[in-house]
Amino acid sequence: MLADQDRIFTNLYGFQGADLKSAQARGDWDNTAAILAKGREAIIEEIKNSELRGRGGAGFSTGMKWSFMPKDTSTKPSYLVINADESEPGTCKDREIIRHDPHKLVEGALVAGFAIGAHAAYIYIRGEFVREAQALQRAVDEAYAAGLLGKNAAKSGWDFDLYVHRGAGAYICGEETAQLESLEGKKGQPRNKPPFPAGAGLYGCPTTINNVETISVVPTIMRRGAAWFAGFGRPKNRGTKLFCISGHVNQPCNVEEAMSIPMKELIEKHAGGIRGGWDNLLAVIPGGSSCPLLPKSICDTVLMDFDALREVNSGLGTAGLIVMDKSTDIIKVITRLARFYAHESCGQCTPCREGTGWMYRIMQRMVDGRAELHEIDMLLDIGTEIEGKTICAHGDASTWPIKGLFRHFRPLVEQRILDYRKRVAA
Amino acid sequence: MIEAGQPLGVEQPKSFAFTPENLERAKVAIAKYPPGTFSPIMPLLHIAQEQAGWLPTAAIVACADLINMPHIRAFEVASFYTMYNRRPVGKHHVQVCTSGPCHIMGSDDILHTCRNKLGVHGHEVTADGKFSVAEVECLGACVNAPMVQINDDYYEDLSPASMEKLLDDLANGRPVKVGSQTGRQKSCAASGPTTLKEVK
Repeated sequence: MLADQDRIFTNLYGFQGADLKSAQARGDWDNTAAILAKGREAIIEEIKNSELRGRGGAGFSTGMKWSFMPKDTSTKPSYLVINADESEPGTCKDREIIRHDPHKLVEGALVAGFAIGAHAAYIYIRGEFVREAQALQRAVDEAYAAGLLGKNAAKSGWDFDLYVHRGAGAYICGEETAQLESLEGKKGQPRNKPPFPAGAGLYGCPTTINNVETISVVPTIMRRGAAWFAGFGRPKNRGTKLFCISGHVNQPCNVEEAMSIPMKELIEKHAGGIRGGWDNLLAVIPGGSSCPLLPKSICDTVLMDFDALREVNSGLGTAGLIVMDKSTDIIKVITRLARFYAHESCGQCTPCREGTGWMYRIMQRMVDGRAELHEIDMLLDIGTEIEGKTICAHGDASTWPIKGLFRHFRPLVEQRILDYRKRVAA
Repeated sequence: MIEAGQPLGVEQPKSFAFTPENLERAKVAIAKYPPGTFSPIMPLLHIAQEQAGWLPTAAIVACADLINMPHIRAFEVASFYTMYNRRPVGKHHVQVCTSGPCHIMGSDDILHTCRNKLGVHGHEVTADGKFSVAEVECLGACVNAPMVQINDDYYEDLSPASMEKLLDDLANGRPVKVGSQTGRQKSCAASGPTTLKEVK
């Protein structure tokens, strides 16, 4: 188990204050100027060496992403955009950072902003997080008042402005280019890539988009060193990570743990185990709703990191575990997720706009068994026709939960169809 | 004509004007973005909705005019995002999360409790104007499922009984407890933290 002195988010549960003074007592804003004094290249190098991978779901190397930003900022300004549009079902970690440890984020924004050559950053926070946006704004105001933001931020010689932008209820705005569209005052419809945001992002200027957790761990990595952070987890899956454990566990909670912790250990140590014991486990969705579910046989031994979960055809995603015990109607759960993706499709690409609705309607019938056996393959075929044929990954993500269901629970669906037939015939 | 896209059966006020105080807030919001961009439209719509209680067409037009944005572009934004209520909602707008984790933790029961107790369906508002109920997607408080959002606040770790009590208290103007209804500390395990015990 991760030792307490190695935890980054020491106020995860809000037992202490979120104000600047309390944050400073926890070590935030401690000589931030010295971090910036190392220079852009050195900061990016340190983050690369820490092997930090983006905490928003895709798991791209953060240092690498930063290195794509242009070195020359004389013609166009560069922007940092921080993604706080946390809406993936099963994920509730950024909310805790924002309301209990906002100064980690604000300080991280300054360090990251400097490293990519940005003098301005926007934090895009989901609209429903009204109280969280207020808490964040308080932290930003405190930082300005203390000279930690604005001109010569934290006496570093770097000018840096940070703004909080509230969304208004659209899951798709968590997709980075949709977020940029939304920030520009448009419908949140993803852009085609290329150009990538590092070339042409916000207002056509070079932009880096990072998740809240990614940015918030940066100051601690810079203080304690890349080697410390890279000392946790397996190669290429380093560091500590916030996990959200929801569903049929005895003690649902958020917790910070080392990467690559076995799923079983994570659930039993921190979430009080499965309701009715480990053998009562049916399946776990390991990383937010987009990640295909894993049946108990895999959960027994799988490690919680990017590569281990990729090997079992799922993913770490945002590390939001949705745990389901044997009382769960798994077909109904996946149908509910299918509805989520249909509802949240932005409507731009036909395969996603129409396909997500088709899949949801077929799944609805399968919950009752009102379907033909051959429709299972048809459903999977629709998924194949969506995947890779849309501008953003929403279309792909909409098919993954369904694919996961049929990969591991196809006989269950078939049985339900046969049972329904028998009932109707009788 | 912007009127063509209005929700049916909603009586639209003829005009909308920001209060002087909200106009100041609008100016602060506009100053956050580079001049000449349409970026301020989202914060402006938020402020207008706060003032009017919902977002009438006239308010959308007023927001667009503040930043010289074509009305239709502002209307596109207002209709794309689900939080902009283009029809009136109750004084207490109850948004029940029924996504993923809330679903498996019994959010259907919470939704039925709300609908049955208040007797409202779809976009209806109770006769006294106090309540409306909406089913929404993930609100991002999954380890505290099931949960609802009422106006600006989250109410978590609900059961049908505590949901009913919450509605009763709101209806009668009694004070209510925001956050976890079972009294646990935020997203910490109910039995107490498994980490950082000394720091606490």
